[in-house]
Amino acid sequence: MSRERIERNILRVLRIGGLLFFVAIVAFPFYWMIISSFKSLEEMLLRPTNLWLDIWNIDFHAYYEVLIDHDFLQYISNSIYVSILTVIFSVTLATVGGYAVTRLRFWGRTFMSTSILIIYMFPAIVMVIPLYVVFSKMGMRDSIHILILVYLAQTLPVALYMLRSYFQNLPPEIESAGLIDGCSRFGVIWRIVIPLSAPALASVSLYTFMIAWNEFLFAFMFLDTPEKFTLSRGVVQLAGSVHLSKQLVMAASVMVTIPILIIFLFFERHLVRGLTAGAMKG
Amino acid sequence: MNPRTSTLFDKESKLAFWMLFPTFIIVFAFIIFPVIWNLWLSLKPVSLGDLRGNSLIQFNLTLENYWKVLADQDFMLVLGTTLIYTFSGSILSILLGLLAALLVQGEFPGRNFLRGLFISPYVAPVVAVTFTWSFILDPQLGVVNWFAIQQGFLDQPIAFFSQRWLELDVAGMALRIPAALTSVILFEGWRYFPFAFLFILARLQAIPNELYQAASVDGASPFQRFFYITLPQLSTVLSTLFLFRFIWTINKFDDIFLLTRGQAGTKVLTIKVYDYAFGEFNIGAGSAVAMILFGILSAFLFIYFRWITREE
Repeated sequence: MSRERIERNILRVLRIGGLLFFVAIVAFPFYWMIISSFKSLEEMLLRPTNLWLDIWNIDFHAYYEVLIDHDFLQYISNSIYVSILTVIFSVTLATVGGYAVTRLRFWGRTFMSTSILIIYMFPAIVMVIPLYVVFSKMGMRDSIHILILVYLAQTLPVALYMLRSYFQNLPPEIESAGLIDGCSRFGVIWRIVIPLSAPALASVSLYTFMIAWNEFLFAFMFLDTPEKFTLSRGVVQLAGSVHLSKQLVMAASVMVTIPILIIFLFFERHLVRGLTAGAMKG
Repeated sequence: MNPRTSTLFDKESKLAFWMLFPTFIIVFAFIIFPVIWNLWLSLKPVSLGDLRGNSLIQFNLTLENYWKVLADQDFMLVLGTTLIYTFSGSILSILLGLLAALLVQGEFPGRNFLRGLFISPYVAPVVAVTFTWSFILDPQLGVVNWFAIQQGFLDQPIAFFSQRWLELDVAGMALRIPAALTSVILFEGWRYFPFAFLFILARLQAIPNELYQAASVDGASPFQRFFYITLPQLSTVLSTLFLFRFIWTINKFDDIFLLTRGQAGTKVLTIKVYDYAFGEFNIGAGSAVAMILFGILSAFLFIYFRWITREE
């Protein structure tokens, strides 16, 4: 056998082994999360190493308890509210801002474009203390709307940067035609830029939704009143209050994970573009 | 400049100003202002108790917080942990990402499904994955410890996230492994490899096929093609990934906080910030640590870009 053939065969075996390894380490935690959430407390304590879910003994009790007794219905609606408002505001402001940075000439434009991403490098923990102090002093800290503003600040720079890169590749001629035909700048954005940028807008929306839905630190530090909790905040609260009933924590984790995973698998292509945008040019 | 273009320029500037104004206000209020305010707080002797007074705006600046923080007996330990965690976590996530990208490369059935699956650790909410891993590795209820004891691999359970040292006896050699820190680094690799995976996969697909064909004709074997074509082509993306991962890992708070609360030898600078500010109610000391973290990050960026520009 030639060296080529030997190495090819070795690689084939390594590849199958490698893929199995990755599938196992990636999928197992999600699998375990889901099946544990359907097990009864008794089953969990008696057979902790049972890797399968007994179809005849599926127990929805954990979900009932989490949704009703632990108020997760409220947290779900809070999370949806926070995430959707963040997406709407972030995408709107980033579209308008991204357009201005790409098409309009103004003083400090290059500085503006380059400093956008530097802002992204500031650690969240550096911002938590001052914002905590200021909003506590103003008595506004425990508010879902302040949280939305924080998420906007966290997502806007990246959203603007992503849309700017996309707008730069749109042909300016169509827009000029629109302007000559009497459209205002906002008319051009609404009628020409937005329809042409649908894929980029989808990527940015998904990215923003993911950040807002998953965010933990600010929700944890800012929200005190349980009625205002987002899902992530609620899961932490629940995990701190029940020690033995792991299936409750797993059911709560499933509820916070499944929506984002479904959205993600459904729009995978857009999200992948969103996650890699900007840095993969050349 | 003639007056006509000048007025058009003015008009565009004005419009651009209003179009960027809301973004600018939000970014200023929630990012730039906090960073400046943090510096201010770090230079003041404040605690959460002072929140009600007006001592926050008095000009009584001092370096006291910095001295206190640097004199703390476990500061060097925390700094060391931070660097080990950041370097190992970044490198592990990039290596796993590289491996995964090489495995998924090429056409085969189920490839898109695998690609989607491999990204899920990165997309799933941090609270869900940290609690799930804590549960899986739990010393009393976790499936891994139960299974290992049942099969006779272990005599007693390992508390992966709450045990500082793990004594191992490998072929007569006594090894002492920092258990919790290693677990946290492995978690970091698991959760963030998809980020490297996506970038490397995109770059792999952009390598011209002709390079591989030419090398095959010249008699290069698959391993040689990997070392002489693929790796050099990936060098830019790998070093960029290291930059990003380093910045984000050193700034990470959520993962360690949720897994160990910084116990058992996993206390990094971000956790220290939290401990000072909200555990000891010493806002000034917390801000000082945040500024030190910021300084380390700036130093890293400086060295990194120096090194990159010298390479080129």
